[in-house]
Amino acid sequence: MALPARWSKNAEVTDSTGETMEIQMGPSHPASHGTIKFNLKLDGEQIVDCDIEVGYLHRGFEKMCEQGTWTQCFPYTDRLNYASPCINNVGFALAVERLLGVTAPERCQYARVIMSEVHRLADHLTCLGMAAGELGAQSVMFYMMEAREFLYDLVEAVTGARLTVTWCRAGGIARDLPADLDARIALAFSHLDGILSDCDKLLSRNRVFIDRMADIGVMAADEAISYGLSGPLLRAAGVAYDVRKAHPYLVYDRFEFEIPTGEKGDNYDRFNVRFQEMYQSKRIIEQAMRSLPEGPIALDDPRIVLPSKERVYNSIEGLMNHFKLIMEGIKVPAGEVYQSVEGSNGELGFYVVSDGSGRPYRVRVRPPCFLGMGALSRMLVGHMIADIVATFGMINMIGGECDR
Amino acid sequence: MLLDQLKERFGADLVAAESARDEETIVIVRERALEVMRALRDEEAFAFDFLADLTAVDWPARTPRFDVVYHLHSIKRGHRLRVKVATGEPEPSVTSVTELWKSADWFERECYDMFGIHFEGHPDLRRILMYDSFEGHPLRKDYPVNRRQPMIPETDPILNPLRPSR
Repeated sequence: MALPARWSKNAEVTDSTGETMEIQMGPSHPASHGTIKFNLKLDGEQIVDCDIEVGYLHRGFEKMCEQGTWTQCFPYTDRLNYASPCINNVGFALAVERLLGVTAPERCQYARVIMSEVHRLADHLTCLGMAAGELGAQSVMFYMMEAREFLYDLVEAVTGARLTVTWCRAGGIARDLPADLDARIALAFSHLDGILSDCDKLLSRNRVFIDRMADIGVMAADEAISYGLSGPLLRAAGVAYDVRKAHPYLVYDRFEFEIPTGEKGDNYDRFNVRFQEMYQSKRIIEQAMRSLPEGPIALDDPRIVLPSKERVYNSIEGLMNHFKLIMEGIKVPAGEVYQSVEGSNGELGFYVVSDGSGRPYRVRVRPPCFLGMGALSRMLVGHMIADIVATFGMINMIGGECDR
Repeated sequence: MLLDQLKERFGADLVAAESARDEETIVIVRERALEVMRALRDEEAFAFDFLADLTAVDWPARTPRFDVVYHLHSIKRGHRLRVKVATGEPEPSVTSVTELWKSADWFERECYDMFGIHFEGHPDLRRILMYDSFEGHPLRKDYPVNRRQPMIPETDPILNPLRPSR
């Protein structure tokens, strides 16, 4: 991969010979989770310049979406931010529904909110757990992975899978929430509460942790906005921008929740923001479960939603309907739409262009952690190699989303 | 409302302006793109401080072929706008907006990588997702999804480096 043109212009170097060392960290490195290459220019331990190479997990998501039908894109969306697949599903489903001009039924919207927040919890647990583990807090990593296992049990009960859920469809969801969801959530939360409390005590006032995280990787508000950062990275800098509040979707405007913000925009603030967001996600899930309405989980529209299997096997109309929707795809009217949802890394946007046929013309994913990686070199210059681990951990780069 | 303000302010620089599905879209003249975007960022009424997305759409049957699509958000004011700039063969290019929003840096690199659109004034325009010796621009409609790439020589950092050592 060619190095940037600016590589030859050194930042200030203190070495007596003026020499810097060029070293590559990655793409497979035990302390960075995800395939990323850091081309580092070092003056001793200090980073003089840093060029970041992404793209090792590029699988041609956008090209593949153009090859199949609209419904066939949903499995691809699972594999974007694979730590929170429901959020990706929901984003794409909402984009297609806006192009179709329909709104999913109430129960479906509540269910989507519940699962989005469950996945946000899982993603934050993954991010903080792995970041803590990479810094040496192994216990915290295992505790958070344990908490995540309870959430994955919940996800499996609802969607049938732990990671590749493919749960949303245009106009609804594939499977209804199980009848004992209340009990399952209560069980998961009972473990989660204890674990979050333990991890809080282990890390938030921990001298070593604070030394490694505070004032490292600072990105202040103005610069963060210019770099297109959103989500916890932007909120850590003090900007209270959350897509769920600024441009509400689904039924988020019916719930009471806060947006935790930081002050300095350093790694410690990012950690705290993600940690507090977990409590807010729990609040949303509890409120949604209390007011979950009964009703259908998908629209009753033969142009969009597959008919029930009884109708498919027992009537010729059902069979034809099923056949047309599967073979030709949902006919989405021509047009374009940009739908943003609040992913766990920030604003996840789907810019979808339709030409009126059953296949998408263009599906663009606006990946929040791609921007985070773009800003990462700015955050790292002047710090030391060990700070890469902390900062990169807090960016929560998920390869599937960054590279698509 | 926003569209009226935009039409009044930019007049002839707008090729088209429309509102659909609660979203406003304007198409601007390629040569004036940078000035229009600078005004959109700096003027109080618009205050588009956040470049949410920058991508392109390939319409091979149309001339000009590409639409470079910018999604501008205003965190301050809360409104959003889609801006399109058309550019076409033989050498599609638009002016880079990296001096306005730093997020444009990587977005434009990806757009160049996937579509082959050149961004004039970009400080460091090279591929980002694909490897350097990749041939072609994959998201173009005339790039077949199952096209194979030539084998590239194996690189060894000492014996056959991809980049020259000092």
